[in-house]
This record gives sequence, C-alpha cells and structure tokens, in this order.
Amino acid sequence: MPQTLYDKLWQSHVVRTEADGTALLYIDRHLVHEVTSPQAFEGLKIAGRKPWRISSIVATADHNTPTDHWERGIEDPVSRQQVETLDANIREVGALAYFPFKDARQGIVHVVGPENGATLPGMTVVCGDSHTSTHGAFACLAHGIGTSEVEHVLATQCLLQKKMKSMLVRVDGKVGAGVTAKDIVLAIIGRIGTAGGTGYAIEFGGAAIRALSMEGRMTVCNMAIEAGARVGFVAVDDTTIDYLKGRSFSPTGEAWDRAVAHWRTLVSDAGAKFDAVVEIDAATIRPQVTWGTSPEMVVPVDGSVPAPEDFADPVKREGVTRALQYMGLTPRTPISEIAVDQVFIGSCTNSRIEDLREAAAVAKGRTKAVSVRRVLVVPGSGLVKQQAEAEGLDRIFVSAGFEWREPGCSMCLAMNADRLEPGERCASTSNRNFEGRQGNGGRTHLVSPAMAAAAAISGHFTDVRKFPRVS
Amino acid sequence: MRAFTQLDGLVAPLDRANVDTDAIIPKQFLKSIKRSGFGPNAFDEWRYLDRGEPGMDNSRRPANPDFVLNQARYQGASILLTRDNFGCGSSREHAPWALEDYGFRALVGTSFADIFYNNSFKNGLLPIKLPPAEIDALFAQVAATPGYRLKIDLAAQIVTRPDGKVLGFDVDPFRKECLLNGWDDIGLTLRHADEIKAFEAKRRIEQPWLFA
Repeated sequence: MPQTLYDKLWQSHVVRTEADGTALLYIDRHLVHEVTSPQAFEGLKIAGRKPWRISSIVATADHNTPTDHWERGIEDPVSRQQVETLDANIREVGALAYFPFKDARQGIVHVVGPENGATLPGMTVVCGDSHTSTHGAFACLAHGIGTSEVEHVLATQCLLQKKMKSMLVRVDGKVGAGVTAKDIVLAIIGRIGTAGGTGYAIEFGGAAIRALSMEGRMTVCNMAIEAGARVGFVAVDDTTIDYLKGRSFSPTGEAWDRAVAHWRTLVSDAGAKFDAVVEIDAATIRPQVTWGTSPEMVVPVDGSVPAPEDFADPVKREGVTRALQYMGLTPRTPISEIAVDQVFIGSCTNSRIEDLREAAAVAKGRTKAVSVRRVLVVPGSGLVKQQAEAEGLDRIFVSAGFEWREPGCSMCLAMNADRLEPGERCASTSNRNFEGRQGNGGRTHLVSPAMAAAAAISGHFTDVRKFPRVS
Repeated sequence: MRAFTQLDGLVAPLDRANVDTDAIIPKQFLKSIKRSGFGPNAFDEWRYLDRGEPGMDNSRRPANPDFVLNQARYQGASILLTRDNFGCGSSREHAPWALEDYGFRALVGTSFADIFYNNSFKNGLLPIKLPPAEIDALFAQVAATPGYRLKIDLAAQIVTRPDGKVLGFDVDPFRKECLLNGWDDIGLTLRHADEIKAFEAKRRIEQPWLFA
C-alpha cells in the first residue's frame, strides 16, 4: 500500500505500541535550550536517573541572551541564572555539541541545528519549544514538547505519542515576485485557521514548496504550529541534499552515499492517502500582513482591516472585536495606512541568511522613516551573522539606520531587553502576534523580511512588490 | 504526579477562543528554574493593571476588576470553562504549571491545542473536550448561577451538571490510566528499556550516521 511520508517517519521510529495506539517513539535528536530544560534536568537528578544517549543532545542558549553589549554579559540576574543553569547541566551531563552564550556558533536553536547538519532527514527531532516543527523542512518528524517530555526523552530516548491524522497542504503553481515563504505560510494559516491543523501532521507539497530553498521551507514548517499542527514537513529532494553536503555533523564518504540513498526514500508514495488535503494556488498569494492577535487574522497588504460584522460566528466576532481594540485599529482601514513604531527582523521563522538578504535588498541605499523609533535586525546565529557581514549586509542595514545585533530569539518573545512598549506597533518577521507577545501592551503585525524592511523605510506597511529598489 | 479521580468543583468561565500560553503565563516568568510558584502570575496581563515582573509581591499589585477570574463569585474555582483552541502557541509547560498552581484541576472546553493538551496530563490537570452546544449551555448556566459547580468522574468519563444532566467525554485509555493512578510515565517507559536498547542497536547498524 502506498505510504505517506508521515507513515514512513512514524513507522521507522516505533519501539512499541500500547493497546490504545500510544507508541514509544525513538528520538534521534534532542535540541535543548535554557528555558524549558532546567526543571527536566532537576527532575532527572532527583530521580537518580542518567540521560539515555548524550550524543543525541545539541544545546544552545538563545531565549534569554542579550543582543547587544555582550561584553557586559547577561545583566538581568534571573536570565543569567537560567543560562548558567544550562551551562552547568551540560557540563555535568554532556552533549554532542553545546553552543553557549557568546560562542561563535551560538544562536537560535532552530537555526543552529540545521546549519550545523545536526538535523538530518528521517530523524525524529524534539525540543522543548513549539517551533521545533521547523526541522520538518528536512523530512524530519520534529515535535515541540513540554518540559516533562524533555525529561522523558532525556531519561528514555523516547517520546510517548499517538499517531496523528495526516494532512497534505499542496501549494501548486508559482508565487509572484516579492512573495516569499512567509507569505505562503501566512496564507495557509489564513485559510485553515490556527486550529485547522490540530491533531494533524502536515506535509507541505506542491510546486511552490518544491521551488523554495531550505531556508524558505524552514520558514513554512516553523509556522505549522501556528496552524495548530505539532509537526509539519517537506519531502526530501535535491535541494535538501545539496544543503546538507559538507555541514559539520553531516555524514561524509561512504556514509554520506548510504545516507543519501536512504534519504531519497523520504517522500510520500504516489497514490498515498491523506486524511485531509488543502490546495492553494500560489499565484493567488499576495504579500501578507496580520492585523489581529492570532496568526489567522491575516490579509493581503492591499487589503484592509476587517469589521466584526464580517464574521457570522458570535465567538469569532467577539474575538475580532477584542483584537481590534487591543491592536488599536478601526475596521476598514487600508493595511497600507497603518504606521509602525518599531520593526523586528529576526526569529526562528526569518533570521537566516536568505531572510537577511531579502531585507537588505529592500533597505539598500535607503534610510528608515524618522517616525520609526527602532529597527532591530537580529541574525539567527553567529554563523548567519558572519555570513551576512562577509556579504556586507550589516553595512546596508546600519546605513539605513537599522540596528545590527548579536544572535538570539530577541523580540520574537521579548524575554531579554528587546521589547515593545505598551501601545507600540511593530512590523515583525516573527511567528506570533499574540497579546503582549513582544512586550506588555505591544502590537505585532507579522510580515516577511522584505515587507518588514519596506515598512521600516516607509513608516507604514507598503506593498513590497511596488517598492522601488535602489540597485 | 498527583492522581486525578473525581472532582466536585466550582466553575469559572473564560469566554474567549484561542487563549494562548503567552496569555496563560507571560514570558518574563519563564525565567524561573523551578516548577512551582507560577499560580499568582497565571493570566498576569489580564489579571493585573500593572506590568508584572518576577519577584514582585503580587498581593500588593492592582487587580483588574474587569477580569473574570477576579470576580468574588469565582474565587476558589477548580474547573475552568474555556472555548476553542485553548492553550495554543508556545509549548511552555509553565502554562499547566500556572493553572495547576492557581488551583485548577480540570479544564472543560471545545478543543485544546495539542502540546498544551499533552502537557496538562503530565501535571494532573484534566482537559475535557465537549461538543460546542454543551459548552455553550455550560457558559449560559455558569453566568446565570452563582456558585455553579460540576462533578467530574474520570474513571466513568462523565461530567455531571447540577441539574443532573450527565455528559460523557473521551480520553485515551493510556492517559486515563496514568492520571487515575498518578503514574510517573518515565518509570513506565523504563520498564521497556530492553526493547528500547534493541531498537537502538538495530538503528545504529542500519543508519550509523545518526549516531555520529
């Protein structure tokens, strides 16, 4: 019987299955960061247990780390304690690799894993972070997990999991110029809703997904969780294999050839059945901007803010009313008339080299609007930062009046000092526009890197497709 | 883990969809390296009028009188009535820790986000899914009836309303068993350590590059 990619990934990791279908799923890669691991390490120690397989662990500090003045260390004592706790835990337990604060390869865990070849096709990947779905771009079964599960994986190398239903999101055709992976995934979420993928494993396919680089595929899979799906993935093809060749933890020599032969099988078979199929024509996708407090509250840049009466369902209408109030928006306002106070280019969604190139292409030869208080550009990792600087992107940003920072999660979730003030409005390349996400009272609009850069320069949202480039 | 068998509890309503885990416990409290003490900061941004930071004396902070959980009639509630997609967003287990520490033992709603749903079971917090029409009726009854309580029986998989109406609910048998007994699932899994070792050994031969 033809199998989906999900069937293959699932089957190849089942150690045993309980009568009700709950399975023990073997975990190949365990990514660890400072926020969701301390209680797990502590639990392990209290129970007198040892980690099952240390060589599965790749760790970094990212959520709490500052993005400027690294010479001062971490000034917030509570943040510092959490990062130092990770240092101590990894020192005691060990890991395949640890990229601590200030290390040249430190960065956002979902950027660091793939760029070092620590994420390989066919792996099960877990991390105490919902955006672990990012690694699905490599045909991995990558689950975001809670801290109890972090402890469970540390102790047993397994995750207790029931098989989900399968959904194929097929984006056929070709996107227009100026339309990016971020716009594709926001359009998908706009279509199926933030709970549309709940209980499903999503495979992203179709010509428009195949045409994306690995960076673009990571952006799409990253936001599977924003559609409610704990896992999202893309089948292996040449793009996947080309990306992995020569990375630190990628296999070499004969092992590489064997690995590639296996990876080539990581696709859904022709005729495989999915529990649900969603089809989207790439040509219809325009640059997207969220207007509300849930990623499903999204419209194209040439659209306008909706009104509560556009929604029939009373709970939804109430949600829209509340979102408009929180966001300080009037129904029917054209998106292009919304002015921004801050711009954030970064996060595990959009902080890779390709994202920075797209933002720089827009910012080149221009200056941020005077009305924009601050533009933060936060590379996803030390390696991304190095690459960007080698290409001169940092100079483009700095000339435009943007701030070029050190790597980390930064204002995606504002656990460090980078945050919005109450009432401030931000064009952000991150993944969540929830109330208070980027700072208490802050107002977030999710966009692509190019759209964020265009907003920084214009002072308001603007259609990047019509934005004049300086060559 | 604390076992969950039966509960007769006061119900508090939180009538909004897509309540995310950032709202349940804002990021600044995630800097703690402990599992406990998150209750006073559950729903912090909705519950208080000022900006909460770790280490504040929460009893001295200005409460938001408009937030439903601050109403006198809902003090001591152990069941939270919710809407669609409760617990969406971040995987932070601090969310169920905060709800449990606040005093909730069960959540009753139409749907829960996957990771949050899973995390709840690991912490003795029972999320119960009921059809939208039943949830609508419960919201109406709670609003109309001060002191509204529900009885929950996990073994029988039923919720009983004050008017005697019984609502059945589904729960995975494995999760149910763990929760009824308060079992530590790491201990359960380690009973199968030999199977895990055998699986791992085979995998190491078939795909050695995964074990570099």
